[in-house]
Amino acid sequence: MFKRIMVPVDLAHAERLEKALGVAEDLAQHYGASVVYVGVAAATPSSVAHSPAEFAAKLTTFAEARAAQTGVTAEAHAMTSHDPSTDLDPTLLKAVGETGADLVVMASHIPNITDYVWPSNGGTIAGHAKVSVMVVRA
Amino acid sequence: MTDESNNQGIPEPEGASDIIKTDYDIGQDNIETRVGPFPVDIHNPVFAISALSVILFVIYALVAPTHAGNFFSGVDASAVEGCEAGAFCDIGLRAFLTSTFDWFFLMAANVFVLFCLLLVVTPMGSVRLGGADAKPDYGYLGWFAMLFAAGMGIGLMFFGVLEPAYYFGTPWGDEPLGVVRPFAEDGTLIEANVQEARRMALAATSYHWALHPWAIYAVVALSLALFSYNKGLPLSIRSAFYPILGDRVWGWWGHAIDTLAVFATLFGLATSLGLGAQQANAGLEFVYGIPNNITVQVILIIGITAIALVSVLRGLDGGVKVLSEINMVIAIVLLLFVLFAAGATAILGEFVSGIGAYFQEVIPLSNPFGREDDGYREGWTAFYWAWWISWSPFVGMFIARVSRGRTVREFIICVLIIPSLVCVFWMAVFGGAAINDMIANGADSAVKANVIDSYVPELSLFAMLDSLPFTAITSTIGIVLVIVFFVTSSDSGSLVIDTITAGGKVDAPVPQRVFWCTFEGLVAIALLIGGGLTSLQAMVISTGLPFTLVLLLMCYAIWKGLMAERRSH
Repeated sequence: MFKRIMVPVDLAHAERLEKALGVAEDLAQHYGASVVYVGVAAATPSSVAHSPAEFAAKLTTFAEARAAQTGVTAEAHAMTSHDPSTDLDPTLLKAVGETGADLVVMASHIPNITDYVWPSNGGTIAGHAKVSVMVVRA
Repeated sequence: MTDESNNQGIPEPEGASDIIKTDYDIGQDNIETRVGPFPVDIHNPVFAISALSVILFVIYALVAPTHAGNFFSGVDASAVEGCEAGAFCDIGLRAFLTSTFDWFFLMAANVFVLFCLLLVVTPMGSVRLGGADAKPDYGYLGWFAMLFAAGMGIGLMFFGVLEPAYYFGTPWGDEPLGVVRPFAEDGTLIEANVQEARRMALAATSYHWALHPWAIYAVVALSLALFSYNKGLPLSIRSAFYPILGDRVWGWWGHAIDTLAVFATLFGLATSLGLGAQQANAGLEFVYGIPNNITVQVILIIGITAIALVSVLRGLDGGVKVLSEINMVIAIVLLLFVLFAAGATAILGEFVSGIGAYFQEVIPLSNPFGREDDGYREGWTAFYWAWWISWSPFVGMFIARVSRGRTVREFIICVLIIPSLVCVFWMAVFGGAAINDMIANGADSAVKANVIDSYVPELSLFAMLDSLPFTAITSTIGIVLVIVFFVTSSDSGSLVIDTITAGGKVDAPVPQRVFWCTFEGLVAIALLIGGGLTSLQAMVISTGLPFTLVLLLMCYAIWKGLMAERRSH
């Protein structure tokens, strides 16, 4: 059914993603698919990494740790964005094409009033990606 | 999971670079929470102190406008008992600083220019910002457009006609280097003096807009880019002080530096927004007869802030970059129109001789000692240097944000040399056309009427356009340019303030940018209605003096930082 599952991860808040990560890895085992963890960072130093290369290395470490823990085939795909606060959605949509994923599993908050002004990332990706998207509520 | 991945040590950045080892984690002092439905991620205590002190200062300017005005901008000495002409109580803080420390401002600016040129010719120039293998984030066109829009677009609109015309015809004794006057007491032209006065007017204007201001921006931008992209410190003004203050920059020293930068940026923007609204309103009255009053100006500020909000929501690539490129195209169209309408051959000759005059006069103009042109040196040059320097945290940080992946040499050539040439060209075209009008039309010249006969600086551009064909169209383009340049300033300023108050994080939630952008508009409206715009602008310019020291220290920090980097390719 699915061969490659893309999971956007925010390394600064990885603990909040546990539910979505679990769902993605279960699905991967069920369908025999591989998981690709996608992270988006600016080129400026952040709380996670000092440079894009360090960010990519940390994402790879993260993917390896998840693979060792759950036994799925996993890899990492780091993306750089000029302005992650506003460019996150287009960057993730680009990542769908780059990774060749056929399913996206992503965490999202429970909708609230601000979603009328700032739509959630999960909602936007589901609305625009050409592949299936599963939004896991926190 | 986070802890596990954070314990992996620090891998190599992109190619060789010299990461500074510090125990500080970016965002460790931040508060991440929700206010109502809005997510926030702010630095404690920089955000709160900045916002509160801005509110307190606005209250001071509104409650005691006379006191604030007297302190910052001065009063008439004859009106106050016990106050002598030329004393602090007479001239105010701003004029006191520029007349007492003019030598310091002039010498410091010379140091910045020489320092930048030195970096270009030494092997330091081959260090790449972002590590040896980093790729530039933006192409030349977009990069260049953003440098210009943030750095001085608005100033070119305001001073392009005013300054050359003023130096050419000034009757107030502030001629640059005491050059001859082209007009006699009764306003008739003295043919013999015209050539020399025109040459000096262009050289003296170019001096204020070419190498020196851009060297000031380049020093700040380079130190921020170097310490952030190559050394791995947060993108915030305090990081540039790491080589000097060490780990103390993460404490109160750093909070004070960042708060001062936020303060200068926010007030610089708010006062310019208010003054810009007055200028756009003056233009609208001149061209369309729209009434010139506070209501129209408040509507203009709300309009500018609304467009800036849309741009802020669209982010760096979809907002500021697009607007900057649009602005560059409109500015080029206006420039070409004035060039051809005012006689291309003559103006191009003016540009060539302007560059010649600039190189001939730049050393006498930048020498602070043994001169008698106090009016020009203190009133204009020292004022400009203080002004550029007080804006440098904002413009420098924005330039740093978009300059990753360039080598130091490429960076300085593109931030120093090319903008200087463009500015000299702009001044030759707009100033040349204005001076031509003053010579050709004498007493009937609209430029002379608004710059020399009565001093109405905000109308100078429109007066010059009035002497050329298609006035209604070109003046409208002029007003649009003024407004869009303000939008890009407001927008890039909000990005910068948001980054500083989020402890150097560039991925803080978008509502925070919306907050700063709106706050700027509100401060501008409050000051416009209550008075106090000019005194607060004088206050901002007064921050130029401490920042000059800061910039000199930055040169040392840059040198030390570059020594540790790998020079290559």
